[in-house]
Amino acid sequence: MTLMQSIGYPLLNIVFIMLVAILWAAILTWVERRMLGFWQERWGPNRVGPSGVAQVIADIIKLLTKEDFTPNYGDRVVFIIAPASLVVAVVMSFGILPIARDIGISPDLNIGILFFLAMSSLTVYSAVLGGWASNNKYSLLGGLRGASQMLAYEVFMGLALMGIVMITGTFNLAKIVEAQDNMWFALPQFFGFVVFMIAGLAETRRLPYDLPEGEQELVAGYHTEYSSMKFGMYFLGEYLGVILISALITALYFGGWHGPLLPGWLWFMLKTIFFMLFFILLRAALPRPRYDQLTAFGWKAMLPLALLNFLATGIIVLVVLPHGGT
Amino acid sequence: MAKALSKFLKTEPFSTMRTIFNVFTFLFKPKVTVEYPEERTPLPPRWRGRIILSRDPDGAERCVACYLCAVACPVDCISLQKTEDETGRWYPEFFRINFSRCIYCGYCEEACPTHAIQLTPDFEMSEYDRNNMVYEKEDLLIDGTGKYHDYNFWRVAGKAIGGKSKGEAENERPPVDVRTLLP
Repeated sequence: MTLMQSIGYPLLNIVFIMLVAILWAAILTWVERRMLGFWQERWGPNRVGPSGVAQVIADIIKLLTKEDFTPNYGDRVVFIIAPASLVVAVVMSFGILPIARDIGISPDLNIGILFFLAMSSLTVYSAVLGGWASNNKYSLLGGLRGASQMLAYEVFMGLALMGIVMITGTFNLAKIVEAQDNMWFALPQFFGFVVFMIAGLAETRRLPYDLPEGEQELVAGYHTEYSSMKFGMYFLGEYLGVILISALITALYFGGWHGPLLPGWLWFMLKTIFFMLFFILLRAALPRPRYDQLTAFGWKAMLPLALLNFLATGIIVLVVLPHGGT
Repeated sequence: MAKALSKFLKTEPFSTMRTIFNVFTFLFKPKVTVEYPEERTPLPPRWRGRIILSRDPDGAERCVACYLCAVACPVDCISLQKTEDETGRWYPEFFRINFSRCIYCGYCEEACPTHAIQLTPDFEMSEYDRNNMVYEKEDLLIDGTGKYHDYNFWRVAGKAIGGKSKGEAENERPPVDVRTLLP
C-alpha cells in the first residue's frame, strides 16, 4: 500500500460521507416543509421543480445572495466563529457512525459514544456564543435558554446511553451494532431509547424543544442577528443534527445495518429516514412547553427515569448475563 | 371499567401519543390548499375588485361627472374633469383612477347617483411598473351596463338635454306654467 492509498482512500471516504450528509441535510429542509404541509392539511412547497424538490436550490441561492450582515456593535470574531462551530461539531460526530459492516469513517473508534457526547456538548457553544456576540437582549436570552436546556438534557442523554454500554461492555459503535444481531436494544432498553430520543430532540433544538429560538417570545433567539450563509450554517447544523440523532437512534437501539434481504447500508438509511420523519411529525404535532415546564420535565421526570433505567440495567447485567458485564 | 380506561388514556403520556397519531392521520386527509393560478375560489358577484365605468342601455356613458365619487373616496384616488357636450349632457373629460392607492372600499359605487361607477369581481391587476396602475377613462369604460341593466339616468332626470326638453322624462309631468296659477 503506497502512501497515496493510505491517505487518499480515507480522505475520499471522509469527503464522500460528509457530502452525502450535507446533501441529505439540504434535501431534508424540503422534506420537512413538505411533510409539515401534509400534516397541516396543506401541500407545502410544490412549485419549483418536480413536486418542489428544486426548492432546495432556490433556498440556497436565496441564502447566498442575501446581505451578509455582521453587527458592528457585537463581537465580530465570535459572531463569525459561532455558527461554524455548530456545523463543525455536528459533522465531526458523523465520523463515528457505522453505516454498514465496513462503511463509515471510523466506526471502530473505541470511545465512539464518548466522542459523540463530547461533540454534542460542544454544540451548546454555538448558541451561547452566537447569542452573546450579537450583543442583543433577545439573542442573549436565547443563548441562556440554550445553555440551560443543553445542560439539563445532556446529563441524562449520557446516562441513557450507559445502559447499552453496560450490556455490551463497549463504547465502540460498530460493536454495539453487531451485538444487536439477535435483538434490537429498543426492547431491553426501551426507557433508555425514549430518554435518548427526547434528549436528542432537545440537543438539536427542534420544535417541542426549540425554546432557545422561540419565535413568539424571542424573535429568533440566538440567531436573531444572523443572515445569509451564517444563518445558513445554523440551519445546516440543525438539520445535520436531526440526521445525526436519527442515525444514532438507528445504530444504538434499532440494530443499525441489521435487516433481511436488503443490503446493510440501505437498512441503515431506511431506519434513519423513518426517525427523521418521526422528528418532523413531532414538530407538526407537539406544542412548545413553557420554559419552567421544560426544565422541570428534564430534571424531575427524565433524569430519574434515566437513573432508574441505569440502575435496573446494572442489576440485570450483574445477575443475569454470564459475563457479568465486562 | 371502560370509562376508567378512557380516562386513563387521556392522561400523559398517552394523550401526547394520541396527539401524534391524530396528526399523522392528516397525511391521508384532503388538503385545503387552493392552488391558485390553476384553481380559483369562486368570487361572489358583489366582490369589490377592479373599478369600471358602465354605459346605459342606449350605449352612452352613464357618468355625469358629478364628482361625488371623488369626494367620497377616502384615499383620493379618483380624479376627473367635468365637461358638457353640445346637447347639454355632462360627461367627464378625463376620468382617472390610481389603483395603487385604491383601497376597494366601494364608497364611490355607493355615492354614484347614476350607477356609472361599479366594482367588479376581479383582483388580478398586478403590474411591474407602478405607473401602469393608473387607469384612464378608456381603460375603465366598459361596453355593458354592469349590474344594473335597465337604468338610464338621462331618461328619468329632469334636466333638459338635446332631444328631450323639460317634462318629457319618464314619470315626469309637464312643467307648471306659473302664470296660469294666478287667482
